[in-house]
Amino acid sequence: MTDFVEAIEQGHALQAVMMRIGTETFALGAGMVREIIDPIPTTRVAGARPHLGHVVNVRGNVVPLADIRERFGMPITAATPDTRFVVIELELDGDPTLVALVADKVFEVTAVALESRQPAPKIGTSWRPEYIRSIVKSAEDFVIIPDMPAILN
Amino acid sequence: MTDHDPRAVFLAEANELLDRLETTLLDLGDRPDDSALIDTAFRALHTIKGSGAMFGFDRVAAFTHDFETAFDLVRRGEVPTSADLVNVSLSAKDYIRTLIEDPDATAPVIGEAILAELERLIRRAKEAPETELAAEGPSPDAAPEGWRIGIAFAPDVLRNGTNPLALLDELRELGPCTVVPRVADLPDLAGLDPESLALGWDVTLRGAATRAAIEDVFLFVRDDMVLTLAPLDAPEPAAEPVLDPSPAPVPVPMPAPAPAPARSVATPAVEPAPAPAAKPPEAERKGPARSTEPRGSSTMRVEAERLDELLDRVGELVIAQARLSQLAGLHADGGLQTIAEEIERLSAQLRDTTMSIRMVPIGALFSRFRRLVHDLSGDLGKPVTFVTDGEETELDKTVIERLADPLVHLIRNAIDHGIEDPARRSASGKNATGRITLSAEHVGAQVLVTVRDDGAGLDVTRIRAKAEERGLVAPGTPLTDQQVYQFLFAPGFSTAQQISALSGRGVGMDVVKKTIEGLRGSIDITTEPGAGTAIVLRLPLTLAIIEGLLIRVGEGRYVLPLSAVEECVELPESGRGERGRDFLNIRGDLVPFLRLRSLFEAAGEPDPYQKVIIVSVGETRFGLVADQILGNHQTVIKSLSKLHADVTTFSGATILGDGTAALIIDPAQLMAGGQIGAAADGLREFREVA
Repeated sequence: MTDFVEAIEQGHALQAVMMRIGTETFALGAGMVREIIDPIPTTRVAGARPHLGHVVNVRGNVVPLADIRERFGMPITAATPDTRFVVIELELDGDPTLVALVADKVFEVTAVALESRQPAPKIGTSWRPEYIRSIVKSAEDFVIIPDMPAILN
Repeated sequence: MTDHDPRAVFLAEANELLDRLETTLLDLGDRPDDSALIDTAFRALHTIKGSGAMFGFDRVAAFTHDFETAFDLVRRGEVPTSADLVNVSLSAKDYIRTLIEDPDATAPVIGEAILAELERLIRRAKEAPETELAAEGPSPDAAPEGWRIGIAFAPDVLRNGTNPLALLDELRELGPCTVVPRVADLPDLAGLDPESLALGWDVTLRGAATRAAIEDVFLFVRDDMVLTLAPLDAPEPAAEPVLDPSPAPVPVPMPAPAPAPARSVATPAVEPAPAPAAKPPEAERKGPARSTEPRGSSTMRVEAERLDELLDRVGELVIAQARLSQLAGLHADGGLQTIAEEIERLSAQLRDTTMSIRMVPIGALFSRFRRLVHDLSGDLGKPVTFVTDGEETELDKTVIERLADPLVHLIRNAIDHGIEDPARRSASGKNATGRITLSAEHVGAQVLVTVRDDGAGLDVTRIRAKAEERGLVAPGTPLTDQQVYQFLFAPGFSTAQQISALSGRGVGMDVVKKTIEGLRGSIDITTEPGAGTAIVLRLPLTLAIIEGLLIRVGEGRYVLPLSAVEECVELPESGRGERGRDFLNIRGDLVPFLRLRSLFEAAGEPDPYQKVIIVSVGETRFGLVADQILGNHQTVIKSLSKLHADVTTFSGATILGDGTAALIIDPAQLMAGGQIGAAADGLREFREVA
């Protein structure tokens, strides 16, 4: 996430991986994305919170698989040939942590101009505002820059 | 080492030296007359001073210099060692450590106070035994004429980086010298090993240099050499000419030549030591000094993270190998199977070797507590001897690191609560000095670490009363003594009437329990009124790889630590209903069980023949019902992500042969989850009725 902060401070554009999760398009700073993999067998974790209900083996590490559709109240649909797991690394309480995200489709890496960013609208969405850093306009679409630590915890 | 930061190297070195200094000082408290210990302490100080100055730790160097100067008087026997002196030296050592670790936050006042105290002790000691000192013999220091010095090094000193010529130069600074090489041992040119030293020297030093000054020159090589010193006016040492009595040693001016051209000069090989008895004989000094200062020629220092990384890689290899074996089993290709078996054998060996690299003797940890016991026994006014046993017992380094805190708590408790004060001990016919024993031993795949005191023992009634008072247990509940002792580990539990600075607040024991359980260990307590208490920590040898039992529940596969598994039985007809009596009859004992299918909300139909795995946690036995037992599994433990910290049922995860992750069930947590507790209560009622 630091790359996002830096990009804002310097007034630059954010290099972001664009992906569709549920009904929305999300932009994740390219610096936090470790790899994008095809879906692999998952293991259910009994008793875990619904958005972290599974773990996967990513190169020998047992990594939680986060389904953030649940956090945004979007319907959970079955995997399609476009489904990918996006492995990201983020800081949680100062420790780097790996998490795999379920994405319905991953697009290209795009420079997102941050000048156009706005906070999440207070009305008109059922989303919890702390999950969203800002909303930016990219091409003709509105794109969500999520606050991953807030969403996951 | 990729890390070439010289300061880091100094810090590592200084830490080691300070540890050694502490051990030596504590030893010195026990054996105040052991001059080898004094020398070891002095050398450690001297090295800290030298490297401190070299790496820019000026305050360290300055303080150590003053400390060293004072300590030098002890070394020369002018001031006897005393318990006070050892205590001041220990605080000086602590001060040096803080100076190194956090120089900015360390007030110079502390250092000045320590030095002042040291000086006061020394002055007092000097004034008192003046007469005694005078009687020690003809003042060994003053030699008006000069000295006859015999120098014979061990052949390998050059390899250790010693430069004999520099030492001779240093000697020459003390006064005019005549240096004669001893070439008797010099081999022929063909047999000459340039890295080993075959030369010795005889030096005649004129002038008023003191014996101590000369010995100081060789301070760092004393263990590797024979140094003889005789005053010049003393009779010539009884030299036994080895070869022909050729002309007397030809004086050769300095610098001494490198390997002499011919073997013309015959000199006594090693002079008999005619030194006055001011110092103990050479041989005696050498022995203990060697043992306290092991030479590290055959070991190397490796950063701990690299070992962790190595273990990770080996873990991945073991997983990959399991997949290969599985794949090879599916193919009827003999060649493939041979290779798979070969790799299986190699990776098992590699795993064992890697694990053994991580094994560290527990002795280093034990020696840390000597200081703790020393200080506590002083603070509380309870004389205590501290005995350690089994220091060579090896444990995974992670386990050892995490044991430090629990052991501090246990030892504190043992001294504060366990050991009675001297008056009470004498009154009950015990030795007034208490005894704390810290021991370690291997038992099967476990290591037992025991903290034992010979104090008053635990008071079951009092603990029970306190537990009832705090509402931890209903009055009148039948409990075994072991169950009562477990209350000691409840958070905030304390039976101490008074809170002391050390313990009594009830914080600590729950930390002990948590840490030990986090290490997948358990705690046993045995106690005997009047004779003392022993707290036994049972720990697994390693945290990284365990033997597991792979089971299937619905679609999911799980691993149970094999160490907890007692046996497997088939679920009898009576238990097959969804809710029935959840007890089994195992050879006459009633054992409650948990249905993992409902616990894990498994989908699908249960298998017709369910299996029960009987596990034990501490003294409790219970069963876990699974659909299928798949077999043994070499389990490389992967910790779960922080994001799954709320899931306590599983202690970690592992990766199976097909690359999927499987979760490791933590039986202790399942039990703590309540279901088994409730079941056990039901069982007790059942028994009472019966």
